[in-house]
Amino acid sequence: MKLASALRDAALSALVAFGLFVALIGLHLVPTDSGLILVGRPWALVLIVAAVFVGRLAMLLWLHVRPAGTATPRRLAAGMTRAGRYVAPVFLVLALTLPLYGGRYMLDTGILVLTYVMLGWGLTIVVGLAGLLDLGYVAFYAVGAYSYALLSTTWHLGFWTTLPVAGLLAALWGIMLGFPVLRLRGDYLAIVTLAFGEIIRVVLINWTSLTNGSNGITDIPRPTLFGLKFNASGDPDSFAGFFHLDYSITQRFVFLYYVILALALLTNWVSLRLRRLPLGRAWEALREDEIACRSLGINVTTTKLTAFAIGAMFGGFAGAFFATRQGFISPESFNFMESALVLSIVVLGGLGSQLGVALAALVMIGGTELFRDFAEYRMLIFGLALVVMMVLRPRGLVAGRTPSIALGTRREIAAELVAEGRG
Amino acid sequence: MPQTTKTLLAVEHLTMRFGGLTAVSDVSFAAARGEITAVIGPNGAGKTTVFNCITGFYRPTSGSIALTHANGAPHALEGMPGHRIARNAKVARTFQNIRLFAGMTVLENLMVAQHNMLMPNVIDGLLAVFGLGGHRAAQRLALDKARSWLASIDLLDRADDPAGALPYGAQRRLEIARAMCTDPVLLCLDEPAAGLNPRESDELSELLRRIRAGGCSLLLIEHDMGVVMRISDHIVVLDHGKKISDGTPAEVRADPRVIAAYLGEGDEDEEPAPAALGSQAA
Repeated sequence: MKLASALRDAALSALVAFGLFVALIGLHLVPTDSGLILVGRPWALVLIVAAVFVGRLAMLLWLHVRPAGTATPRRLAAGMTRAGRYVAPVFLVLALTLPLYGGRYMLDTGILVLTYVMLGWGLTIVVGLAGLLDLGYVAFYAVGAYSYALLSTTWHLGFWTTLPVAGLLAALWGIMLGFPVLRLRGDYLAIVTLAFGEIIRVVLINWTSLTNGSNGITDIPRPTLFGLKFNASGDPDSFAGFFHLDYSITQRFVFLYYVILALALLTNWVSLRLRRLPLGRAWEALREDEIACRSLGINVTTTKLTAFAIGAMFGGFAGAFFATRQGFISPESFNFMESALVLSIVVLGGLGSQLGVALAALVMIGGTELFRDFAEYRMLIFGLALVVMMVLRPRGLVAGRTPSIALGTRREIAAELVAEGRG
Repeated sequence: MPQTTKTLLAVEHLTMRFGGLTAVSDVSFAAARGEITAVIGPNGAGKTTVFNCITGFYRPTSGSIALTHANGAPHALEGMPGHRIARNAKVARTFQNIRLFAGMTVLENLMVAQHNMLMPNVIDGLLAVFGLGGHRAAQRLALDKARSWLASIDLLDRADDPAGALPYGAQRRLEIARAMCTDPVLLCLDEPAAGLNPRESDELSELLRRIRAGGCSLLLIEHDMGVVMRISDHIVVLDHGKKISDGTPAEVRADPRVIAAYLGEGDEDEEPAPAALGSQAA
């Protein structure tokens, strides 16, 4: 009967959990004066195994009593689409007013989250719209960061003059990467872009005369507000001195926060706008069917290159911001983990969805910050959340696609019909 | 009218080899302006390969494919990249297995087809982000054209539905309309009637006649002999990569080689209908 098989299934799950956690949770290393000693934690182990057993049993029974098979995800999707209309403005207002209620720590986290939101939105152009799987996006982030760092430390150019240059250089590298890999598709494209990301990092490490190698570049100038610096000097050319305020480090954080918010919103605005223009529509068509695009006279090469270049440009902007915020960059900030993180934000958010990417960045980056106290469990919780997410919503948080143009009303297109792109 | 301007497409000694396999061997034929030319033959005869050579998806091993516009401008298709054939030589095509942008709406499919009109170059495309350039006016024209084609294929009320959700027959019609939105002088259709019911095939024939009346010539691969005999002005028969016959529907139907290779003998119950209709068209 059903209950017996459910019990058996739950027991099996508990056994698997036991096998997994017997060493992970059941044993604990404690540092003492005489070295490390191993302490057993039987109760924690029993607790987690029992939780898995009960959880699995409850899930199976719930699945049994629930009427329709796929109803829940669909209802969830419809609900999220409806909620989406209100979520975006609410988040925008919250983001705009964060300096009013958030402390320094929140501002700092906000800056970090927004950097990833911006990177996510930039990568969405390449992966989500054009359907080109790019595993080396961090390369453009690095190009932007090093462009600003080198131009500002060697020629003393300011942040605002260098920002467009950093973006253009990143776009140029996007085109240079794009050219040789245009004929590749899917997995092959992913491998080559991955390699490109690594090449940039290795070049940055080894070209010591230019980049100072793995020591990185220090003393990168902070950005200024129309020439006003953020420092404690009290001079008329400092922000505090000019406005006759008491200097506080928060002023700089608030400024940086608004800079990245503006940059992220610019990325969002440009990609939303492009989606409704022929170029963006061609990207999406390319994701849907490249051969059909060719038969309609669309130059697939330039269309892909523009996607690469524009995505890379926003990566470059974000990189320049990263350099100015940190004041220090080294090649280790641009490893594959960063690419993977940004890509998982895009995938988790739902390919091509602006709101989904923002939510995913908030959950992934903000979430990791939130769980900082849990130290070693952080990645575990994080991985578990990703698995649960992908089971419940395999096409990401916001999976549907909104038409770019309509004669009547725009109706959401179900994710099942939308192609994911194979490069 | 001299013969040279009457000929729209001239395929000369076209050969296509894939390694050791010769898919098309020394095929020559011509398609006249303002006519419907059908390419028929058994499966594996090389029809789709000929199409892929004409539309730039394959580069022929040897031979030439010349397209002459009404103003006399020549286009050598055999060496042109695929998107240039569609854009400059104005040859549009549909696919045997429908290739619509399934996740985009019916209207969006027709807008993508007008990409080159909407965005003459990348700079224009980027300027449009800031509202510069002539994008707004171009979009209005494109929408008008899309709307008129949607009305013509009877899909106006489904304009905002995803193309992938349309019934099969409607997807076929939409693919033809999408190709027509590129303003072609030659429309190549790869088995447009495949999988259609008799009523839908009749509607298709009607649509193709209307397209011909609109000034666009057609090249058609089709197995449905009812459709072929009814609407074609000229038929080319391929078998095993070679041309075995070429002529009007009546001539081709009477050709013993065609009967042996493709049409078959003794199909008494199928023969009368195409014969009666074919003689009308001829």
